[in-house]
Amino acid sequence: MMDSPRTAISNPPVQPMESNLTERDLVRRSATSSLPPPERQLTPVAKLIDVSKCIGCKACQSACVEWNDTDPAVGENVGYYTNPNDLTPDMFTLMRFTEWVNPETDNLEWLIRKDGCMHCADPGCLKACPAPGAIVQYSNGIVDFVHENCIGCGYCVKGCPFNIPRISKVDHKAYKCTLCSDRVAVGQGPACAKACPTKAIVFGTKEDMKKHAEERITDLKSRGYKNAGLYDPPGVNGTHVMYVLHHNDKPHIYADLPDNPHISRVVETWKGVTKYVGLAFMGLAAAGSVLHGVIGKPNRVSEEDEEHAEKLVERNGRGAG
Amino acid sequence: MTNSWTDIKNTDLVVVMGGNAAEAHPCGFKWVTEAKANRGARLIVVDPRYTRTASVSDFYAPIRQGTDIAFLSGVIKYCIDNDKVQWEYTKNFTNAAYILKEGFAFKDGLFTGYDEAKRDYDKASWDYETGDDGFAVVDMSLQHPRCVWNMLKQHVAIYTPEFVERVCGTPKDKFLKICSMIAECSSPTKTMTSMYALGWTQHSSGSQNIRTMAMLQLILGNIGVRGGGMNALRGHSNIQGLTDVGLMSNLIPGYMNIATDKEPDFKTYMTTRQFKPLRPGQTSYWQNYGKFFVSFQKAMWGDTARKENDWAYDYLPKLDVPAYDVLRMFEMMNAGQVNGYFCQGFNPILSFPNRGKITSALSKLKFLVTMDPLETETSRFWENHGEYNQVDPKSIQTEVFQLPTTCFAEEEGALVNSGRWLQWHWPGGSPPGEAKHDTWIMGQIFTRMRELYRKEGGAFPDPILNLSWDYKEPEEPDPEELARELNGRALTDLTDPTDATKIVVPAGKQVLNFSQLRDDGTTMCACWVYSGCFNEAGNNMARRDNNDPGDTGAYLNWTFAWPLNRRTLYNRASCDLNGKPWDPSRKIIEWDGAKWSGFDVPDIAPNAKPQDVGPFIMNQEGASRLFTRGLMRDGPFPVHYEPFETPVANPLNPKIRGNPTTRVFQSDVAQLGTSDEFPYAATSYRLTEHFHFWTKHNRVNAALQPEFFVEISEELAKEKGVAPGGWVRVWSKRGSVKAKAVVTKRIRPLICDGKPVHVVGIPLHWGFVGATKKGWGPNSLSPFLGDANTDTPEFKAFLVNIESTSAPGAVA
Amino acid sequence: MTRGISRRGFLKAAGAGVAVTSLGAMGFGEVEAAIVAHVRPFKLATTVETRNTCPYCSVACGIIMYSKGDVRKGEQADIIHIEGDADHPTNRGTLCPKGAALKDFVHAPTRLKYPMVRKPGSDKFERVSWDEALNRIVRLMKDDRDANFIPKNAAGVTVNRWTSTGFLAASATTNETAWATYKVVRSMGIVGFDNQARV
Repeated sequence: MMDSPRTAISNPPVQPMESNLTERDLVRRSATSSLPPPERQLTPVAKLIDVSKCIGCKACQSACVEWNDTDPAVGENVGYYTNPNDLTPDMFTLMRFTEWVNPETDNLEWLIRKDGCMHCADPGCLKACPAPGAIVQYSNGIVDFVHENCIGCGYCVKGCPFNIPRISKVDHKAYKCTLCSDRVAVGQGPACAKACPTKAIVFGTKEDMKKHAEERITDLKSRGYKNAGLYDPPGVNGTHVMYVLHHNDKPHIYADLPDNPHISRVVETWKGVTKYVGLAFMGLAAAGSVLHGVIGKPNRVSEEDEEHAEKLVERNGRGAG
Repeated sequence: MTNSWTDIKNTDLVVVMGGNAAEAHPCGFKWVTEAKANRGARLIVVDPRYTRTASVSDFYAPIRQGTDIAFLSGVIKYCIDNDKVQWEYTKNFTNAAYILKEGFAFKDGLFTGYDEAKRDYDKASWDYETGDDGFAVVDMSLQHPRCVWNMLKQHVAIYTPEFVERVCGTPKDKFLKICSMIAECSSPTKTMTSMYALGWTQHSSGSQNIRTMAMLQLILGNIGVRGGGMNALRGHSNIQGLTDVGLMSNLIPGYMNIATDKEPDFKTYMTTRQFKPLRPGQTSYWQNYGKFFVSFQKAMWGDTARKENDWAYDYLPKLDVPAYDVLRMFEMMNAGQVNGYFCQGFNPILSFPNRGKITSALSKLKFLVTMDPLETETSRFWENHGEYNQVDPKSIQTEVFQLPTTCFAEEEGALVNSGRWLQWHWPGGSPPGEAKHDTWIMGQIFTRMRELYRKEGGAFPDPILNLSWDYKEPEEPDPEELARELNGRALTDLTDPTDATKIVVPAGKQVLNFSQLRDDGTTMCACWVYSGCFNEAGNNMARRDNNDPGDTGAYLNWTFAWPLNRRTLYNRASCDLNGKPWDPSRKIIEWDGAKWSGFDVPDIAPNAKPQDVGPFIMNQEGASRLFTRGLMRDGPFPVHYEPFETPVANPLNPKIRGNPTTRVFQSDVAQLGTSDEFPYAATSYRLTEHFHFWTKHNRVNAALQPEFFVEISEELAKEKGVAPGGWVRVWSKRGSVKAKAVVTKRIRPLICDGKPVHVVGIPLHWGFVGATKKGWGPNSLSPFLGDANTDTPEFKAFLVNIESTSAPGAVA
Repeated sequence: MTRGISRRGFLKAAGAGVAVTSLGAMGFGEVEAAIVAHVRPFKLATTVETRNTCPYCSVACGIIMYSKGDVRKGEQADIIHIEGDADHPTNRGTLCPKGAALKDFVHAPTRLKYPMVRKPGSDKFERVSWDEALNRIVRLMKDDRDANFIPKNAAGVTVNRWTSTGFLAASATTNETAWATYKVVRSMGIVGFDNQARV
């Protein structure tokens, strides 16, 4: 078996196999200072989501639920095609639908973006996490949650520049896309990428995915999308889930995809416990529920939240630790 | 489909109109995205709504539902006016050159021979001139004023871009852009594919919608070629198979017909089924009808079907009407003329129009039997679900049996995909509880019924008592036994017609394919078009070699395609008169001077000289038909008629309502609405998250699209004070539903005949059982009439009104 | 750079209010959690594969069903997962949102398990044995056929049709079921025979 799978298009094995992702392959481990360096470097993998090929069918959502054995609730229609209405602890990925009139052509464009964990090279969730070993990063780029170690504090949500993790009301643990680490560990690609009918989601080495993206961008440019490009944001050192966007000059039109995502200053530059104190204050409305490990509907961490947190922590004795 | 799903990768231009392939057939649509990504193909979508298919299109244009014939006739006119015609193909492979009889004409929206009282035509004048030699007269120069080509030119003259804009609401500039993109495909080296579904069939002029595109494809030379074709995307996994095997009122397996009362005996029946060629040297393959029919009768009644008794001709019922289709059956049921009804995997109270009438009809049955793996609303039509099913169980005297069947995962057999591939599958799970295979249930019903007739006698028991039923276990025929019957076998030693000493097929052996079937009672075959699927080589439907020599998308060793494992129908038309491919880079087959061969099974006799034998071998002409003679009920050329419920008057003749030959039951006339009371143009459709009324039982799909909604434009929402996600009531002359409102930019008001037309979109996946929230479907609202030729209900164009309302069950 | 949090750090932050309280409340008794198995065990290991076809639309995607237990060996088999067949030329392993959730059709809580009858005027279904159900159905059919069969039309032509009972055939049954159904229905003279081709 190759160290990392090259495609998601294969039939999974049914014979017992050794997992190819173990603690020896970790490059980061939350709240752990003494992680030994990995013995080997796995080939970095990536999922490439070509928004221009996506038909919004939600096969990725369906395949994700079935593979991960989650139990999404039957919600209600609130006037949109996006269902459920947000990511949940039982829906790790979500098609977000935006009706956008292109001011240059006056044509309607229905922008459909598969939302979910971006598997940042520089993962804000992991850096924000106070629970040792609850969030890990493998040398192939996968950022995974280890639920046994999760304390449900919700700091990963605040540390995430993409607002992805969700805390379960059932077991008070954080959930998000694993990039199907259990499949990758036996040489298979993620369930969503295998299912995707139009191959809008493809999977392989990060290098291959970047090459494939180039081909797609050339095709899109030939169809008049002059700003087509690859979304692999430098603010988080690139991601292991990337997008091909027809309008890469304005990612925000795709259901608020951040134009320049970066890890909160509180997470990135603050040290030790003050970081967690700061995090606790970010989005103070949620602080009460943090106590119970419950975050109802997390909002994106805004600049104001960060500033607010800074002020509060200053008052309470910045510099401790 | 004339072609296959995998063949779509070979196209240059995809036109999705009358369908929404990305949404209803996502994995088939993959081949569109492949063609786009790898060949630079373009995708055009024409639809009242900006659909998920439109979201990945290169060009989208809106159209008012029910006006596709006007649009496509306009494209045909554009191609003719701009000399964008594949001339060699059109002249030689269509009936463009055939001269029509004197007397045929079209005036004020009607063809010659119309009888208003019968809502039908005398079609005598819709035919070719016949010469003294008995063949049709042709003028290959296309100069004769009555040749099909000149008649067609005249017929489409009214469909100008201005007319199209006025009727369809498609802006002229968008229409002309599409015309120019399509017209490019008249080049022999460019092909276009048409992908359509119920967006074309579910209209009162549904069959003609499809014909108009077929005609366009013919004059562009796009039928029979790689990446071309007329590709009907069937809605269900085996509706192709069910139709092939003839499970319809008027069908015998393999597209033969049940006799009518006017055909009292076999001889009379066969006189209209001679299918003599209309041009010299043509194949006219239906000349073999007798072989297929006799082999079918032998499959049904074995030794009892003999020459002496006209092959048990009288064992089959005869029809006094064109068909006892579902609309007619429910009309009769509602009138108290039907006592028993079986629904095998079918949910009429959500599937058929005018739900109120359907419920009323079912309530008049003595007994109803449902066979299904899942709960259905139909099996519980008598159960009160408040607003969602407002009935009084006490007043309903129908005895209902709900029989649990296995599902796909627990059974074996073949399903036929849209591309006519018969794919065998195997069971992998144990059935729940006491669920049984449908074959077991049918075996039980039959053997018990036969037993009663043996014991008690009764009405004409002969066809029941003599039905061939020699299965190892009569109470549950085995799928392989049934599949072998579909293929057919020799009943006695079959000898070579030219050498009686040579045995071609020994008695009891499977025939190789339908070319070995005979009309003398020496062969049996249940469904001739399938013959070859399970011959002495074994179960060809179970083959799994996915090699694709030449990378053509044919996959000849993957399962079996009917007929004869042929993947692209009419593939002889992919070559010119010398038998060379129009486009060498897209070769399917080729004539090497002595025979045809290539990547697919040739759709022509292997030694048929290309100059002599036309490619459309099933037609008596050997050519395809731009003019259909008397084969269509509503005319030999397509005509734009408004839907029965329309916001716009018929532009050709304001006195004509709907298709003038559609059957309308008297009891439904009063239930047709008009635009003064119901101003909005409604349409119905599927969503990608659901499959009909099945997936609402699945928690995953229920989570992905949980609740019934309707879609309206921002403009209509504003006019009606409807907020996104708010409740609306939608009602027609026949019923009323409540739904959540999705307010969208994807539906825009159209300007038709100078005034705005608002479209209301109604998806169809909700009912009162399952895992989703309870809801309704469009069939509560839509009219009880359909296509003039097939009686497919007009689900895609009807009138409604809409208002803001409160949640179901809540006090307004 | 400090990536973790030390016990010492927590003590020092005692004055930091709500956040520290919450951290403490969340049980950092043992700060360094045990190294646990990171990725989920691969759930298809030791399952039985069976090839099938998606029963929804007409693309007819190839699927592989993974079961605990093997029906071919006569065992009770429980399907635990369904995935697209990568060897299939049409779908190449992909599935749509319906196909990807086929397992939930197989195991839907509303799958029917037993024959039921709803008696005239009743407001409920009742369990019935197959034998009872089939005998009753066949009795009703025969009585109706014998009473309403039309052997000849008004003109005296033999027509042998039965119009007062109809049969709607399924769209997702196999060709083989279709043929068995055709034989049974037509041999009885039923003309009110239709399928889902139109809807």
